[in-house]
Amino acid sequence: MIALENLTKIFETPSGSVIAADQITMEVVEGEICVLLGPSGCGKTTVLKMVNRLIMPTSGKIYIDGKDTDEYDPVALRRTIGYVIQQIGLFPNKTIEENICVVPDLLGWDREKSKARAAELLEMVALDPGVFLKRYPKELSGGQQQRVGVIRALAADPPVMLMDEPFGAIDPINREVIQDEFLKMQEALGKTIMFVSHDIDEAVKMADKVAIFRAGRLEQYGSPDDILAHPANSFIADFVGGDRALKRLRLITVEEAMMKDPPRVRPEDTLEKATGLMRENGHISVVMVGPRGRPRGFIHINDAKERKGLVGEHYEKLPATVNVREDLRTAVSEMFTHDLTWLACVDDEGFFKGYVTQRGITHLLGETYRDG
Amino acid sequence: MADTTEQSRFSRAWQNILLVLVFALGAWAYASGVLPQIFELWEDIVFLTQQHLGLVAISGGLAILVGIPLGVWLTRPSMRRYAEIVIQLLNIGTTIPTLAILALSMSLLGIGALPSIFGLWLATLLPIVRNTYTGIQSVPAHLIESATGMGMTQAQILMRVELPNALFVIFAGVRTALAINVGTVPLAFLIGGGGLGELIFTGIALDEFGMMLAGAIPTAMLAILVDFAVGQVQFWAVPRGVNPLR
Repeated sequence: MIALENLTKIFETPSGSVIAADQITMEVVEGEICVLLGPSGCGKTTVLKMVNRLIMPTSGKIYIDGKDTDEYDPVALRRTIGYVIQQIGLFPNKTIEENICVVPDLLGWDREKSKARAAELLEMVALDPGVFLKRYPKELSGGQQQRVGVIRALAADPPVMLMDEPFGAIDPINREVIQDEFLKMQEALGKTIMFVSHDIDEAVKMADKVAIFRAGRLEQYGSPDDILAHPANSFIADFVGGDRALKRLRLITVEEAMMKDPPRVRPEDTLEKATGLMRENGHISVVMVGPRGRPRGFIHINDAKERKGLVGEHYEKLPATVNVREDLRTAVSEMFTHDLTWLACVDDEGFFKGYVTQRGITHLLGETYRDG
Repeated sequence: MADTTEQSRFSRAWQNILLVLVFALGAWAYASGVLPQIFELWEDIVFLTQQHLGLVAISGGLAILVGIPLGVWLTRPSMRRYAEIVIQLLNIGTTIPTLAILALSMSLLGIGALPSIFGLWLATLLPIVRNTYTGIQSVPAHLIESATGMGMTQAQILMRVELPNALFVIFAGVRTALAINVGTVPLAFLIGGGGLGELIFTGIALDEFGMMLAGAIPTAMLAILVDFAVGQVQFWAVPRGVNPLR
């Protein structure tokens, strides 16, 4: 846990004093990622760097796991905090192995133990230790360097990590991949992370909590959904963008939005049965599943009423399905691509789990406004 | 690919021409009686070369021992305000001809080995200090930030990050400095410092071509040899990750 209490930083410059952080009070819950978000010069990086004392606060307190960081020697404190910067900062004179072992070495770990740790961490980000341990940073691609930068910060297993725009310098495609990898790692590691970003999309994707800064002040602190749905003022509304309602699609999984245990028919069922099922549920179509429950197609109510026979003789193919673990953005995108108003949802094995409709999604996103 | 073979063919042609020239030169030297003259002076050459190398080793060694720490010291935060001034003063220092430095050194310390070593040391110092200073200054700020953020002390940052990353540039300074040093040592003869200058200047004074060559050729060879040796150390001592040669 990281707790900031009335944290203030005033820089004295020749043209007068500048307040970079103004009475910041906030708390990052253990195991959560808190993204500090804001335009450049808003004080987010200053706040981050005060946590590991790269910048000395003018006043206020910082507690890590309940302990006042003033009581630590800054050098000892920093060794217990993982630190990743945008420029990565791998030491070009050291091999990847030596780079990863920097903090373990500083802490006086046994050499064999830290080497084993380096190999283990490389494997975690899918880089072959046999290939990469002895390489130098310049021999790695940007994305690979960034991965090493992150695992180097994890080397001594610090409970707390500070990340200053860690994925800012990577191309968009690689960034998505690394973000996903990192979230997966975080799921297993459960670090308490403070993460600086100026990218609202990155914040929405990574954050458990978002803290929005402007001119040294903490303007709003809450979950990404909360901030997107209820921006506290016009600055935040502008900052998160006019399409903020659409951004919320990313925060909701298909599983959360879908109608579960939907009606279904089998190929050997009659069309009368299908029509009855649709009427009963007020639907205009129904999904046909195979013997083990995988969706095979669907039948529309008009077709079912006009014809006679079995469902298996008259069904149409499903143009698309969506995995229940995808977010709603993907689902909506699929719907637009195939000009559909609903989608069948399947799990990893391909079994039919439910369906999402455009109306359902609209309703779900609108709920929070109706309640407020 | 085609480019490199083209280049190697080109350099091989030059090598052949060079070999022919060296052979012609040797033949001429032997025929004109210069070569036997040089060999007559063999004992002097050996003795003076040793003396020459001694001057290089002591003055150059002292310059390295003083220059690198001085350069490092100039990069420390406490010195930041004065560093540029010191470097400017050293720059002005280089514009003084080495012969003048030796003359000044003689007027201060008299004649002999001591003023020679002092003068050579002074002339050698500057490139080492300047390269150490700029080498460390040009280590990217984000590396320092990253090292600080990971919990290195100032001394650890210097030894593990700043010096290794500046090492290539520092070595370049040492190379330049020693090349200047070896080439300047003959002048030390003028203030009684000894060295191969003795043969060169005496040869000029007596109009003995062979004697002059007996001093000049070993001096040139020493310069090449020292440069090669430092180059080798540079090649192997600078970590591969920051060594553009490897």
